[in-house]
Amino acid sequence: MLTYTIRRLLISIPTLLLIAFVIFMLLELAPGDPMASMPLTIPAEVKQQMREALGLGEPWWVRFPLWLKQFFIVEPAYWIDSIFGTDLAAGQQRIISFQSRSPVFDTIAQRLPQTIWVVGMSYVVGVLIALPVGIISAYRQYSVFDQAGTFVSMIGFSVPPFFSGVLLIVIFSVSLGWLPSIYDTTHQVRDWDSFVFQLRQMVMPVMVLALQTTAQISRYMRAAMLDNLGQDYVRTARAKGMSERVVVLKHVLRNSMIPVITVIALGIPSIFGGAIITEQIFKVNGLGQLLIIALQGNDIPMVMTLTFLFAVLIVMFNLIADVLYGVFDPRIRYD
Amino acid sequence: MIERAANPPLPAGDPTTPDSIPRERNQWWDVWDQFRTHKGAMAGLFFLLGITLFCLIGPLLWGVDPNTLDIRNKDLRPVVNALWGVEKVSWAHPFGTDNLGRDIMAQTMQGGRISLAVGWTAMILAIVIGTFVGVIAGYFPRLDGLLMRLTDLFLALPLLPLLLVMMLLFRDPLRAAFGPEQGIFILIVIGIGITSWMQTARIVRGDVLALKEREYVLAARSIGTPSRRIITRHLLPNVLSPIMVSATLGLATAIITESAISFLGLGFPPDYPTWGKLLADAVPRMVSFPERVIWPGLAISLTVLAVNYIGDGLRDALDPRIRGT
Repeated sequence: MLTYTIRRLLISIPTLLLIAFVIFMLLELAPGDPMASMPLTIPAEVKQQMREALGLGEPWWVRFPLWLKQFFIVEPAYWIDSIFGTDLAAGQQRIISFQSRSPVFDTIAQRLPQTIWVVGMSYVVGVLIALPVGIISAYRQYSVFDQAGTFVSMIGFSVPPFFSGVLLIVIFSVSLGWLPSIYDTTHQVRDWDSFVFQLRQMVMPVMVLALQTTAQISRYMRAAMLDNLGQDYVRTARAKGMSERVVVLKHVLRNSMIPVITVIALGIPSIFGGAIITEQIFKVNGLGQLLIIALQGNDIPMVMTLTFLFAVLIVMFNLIADVLYGVFDPRIRYD
Repeated sequence: MIERAANPPLPAGDPTTPDSIPRERNQWWDVWDQFRTHKGAMAGLFFLLGITLFCLIGPLLWGVDPNTLDIRNKDLRPVVNALWGVEKVSWAHPFGTDNLGRDIMAQTMQGGRISLAVGWTAMILAIVIGTFVGVIAGYFPRLDGLLMRLTDLFLALPLLPLLLVMMLLFRDPLRAAFGPEQGIFILIVIGIGITSWMQTARIVRGDVLALKEREYVLAARSIGTPSRRIITRHLLPNVLSPIMVSATLGLATAIITESAISFLGLGFPPDYPTWGKLLADAVPRMVSFPERVIWPGLAISLTVLAVNYIGDGLRDALDPRIRGT
């Protein structure tokens, strides 16, 4: 297991390098020019100097390794410096955003908590709803509950977040006036009232994202439970006289959770992608919104770093899912 | 299956006269019979046909240009609102007009044309790429490793962010080359196509790997059939059913992705409506005019729901283990 994990980790390094190269070349091929929005009165040679000041004067085979060095060596060094007070970075150049002229990672660190709060909470809520729904749907197959669950998850698959989110705003903010439609990120939780306010403003974005998670995971849970409910060991357990509770919740559920856990792990990166749209609707200034702003402003270092971070998440959670599969299922041996 | 074996379909009349033997029933009729029993799938099929006809034939009958500005008749409400006593409705504009006086029904039709066209074309592109990669990877072991690594690499890419990057960075050269509408159309279709072929490729490769070990493929090879013809005559027809199921899923995803891009303001130019754009344009004024958000949103959601149900029904209908029981 350990050797497998190490081998997978080693394989993921060239994968990530290749992905970084693909993203870099895509941005390189693109004709967008960060100088395009500068006044036309600036002389051409000054513009050239400004371009060089942004680090754009060099050819790509110089800039790509430089970006890799900044991402993998300089930025972690600054991280360690700020935690332990050491001086590893020694004032080396960090990745600088074209728009704000500040280090890209500082902006990301400011935006990360909002995204983690909303996205993470919605994923937890979605999974917590999906698991019991999937279990009951499978145990009472073709019952009214199962039919309703199938229909709701069909809706979850079909209704895009930019419609469900807007619909929730129309119903709960405009018509009923119960919930705020804009997520106030400057809000700080200090006492009970502010905590309640925080909860109220989180309800809608979390529900929108959770609907999609629930739709997906409850289907997987149901299918896995159905697979296991027909197995011989279930009949044996019942024949031994075990209570239905023990049979379903201990024997069947434990075996069914194995594929579901990997699906849960695999779904985490995609929910970050879905958050791009949800953040736009509820005006949460998280990572997704940062990406949109950076795209519109031709902020290439920011776009590059954010897209690559999303890729790192995908590769990492793929790895975690595979390792978890081996940990939970002793029948699976990778070696 | 068992009941069928017990009751073999006996030819009527004298078996010696070949004329009286009923013609071999095409297997697609069996698929259709099974498909018809799935109520959701039939409802989905009718809805998809209906909305396609509404968008294709509607503009011919309705004859109002979606981009005509009629500022005197701006902000009309849909006629349905007259039921609960809203003023400002007009039968000249049954769905109402927007803030520039453009007819919303004409815009919905025009938007649906584009959304559906993007969805179908992008889906077909993705299916073609996916099937090609899958068949080649499954049939030629030497290319398998390389192509599957490529598939894995694409699966590890963050697709929505990359799609947005592509939209923003390549829109100007393509607009210059093909005109504003054509250019963006090509960009969106290619963007969605090359970011959604991977699932199909994996499924097709798996099936081809299993199929090419069968005896009939061996027999075809032993009489000297070239690889090209083995693929087109023997392998492709047998992987058709998983391809059709993933095509329906692909259509649903393509429609949602196009709407999402339009919603984020990175899609078609402003005077070129799609369902996602209509929704996005309506969002800033949804406090006063909630119906403008709801209609395009419902159109997208119901179309995708219909396509998903069709996929569900197709999956059951194409599975010979379920069919005929």
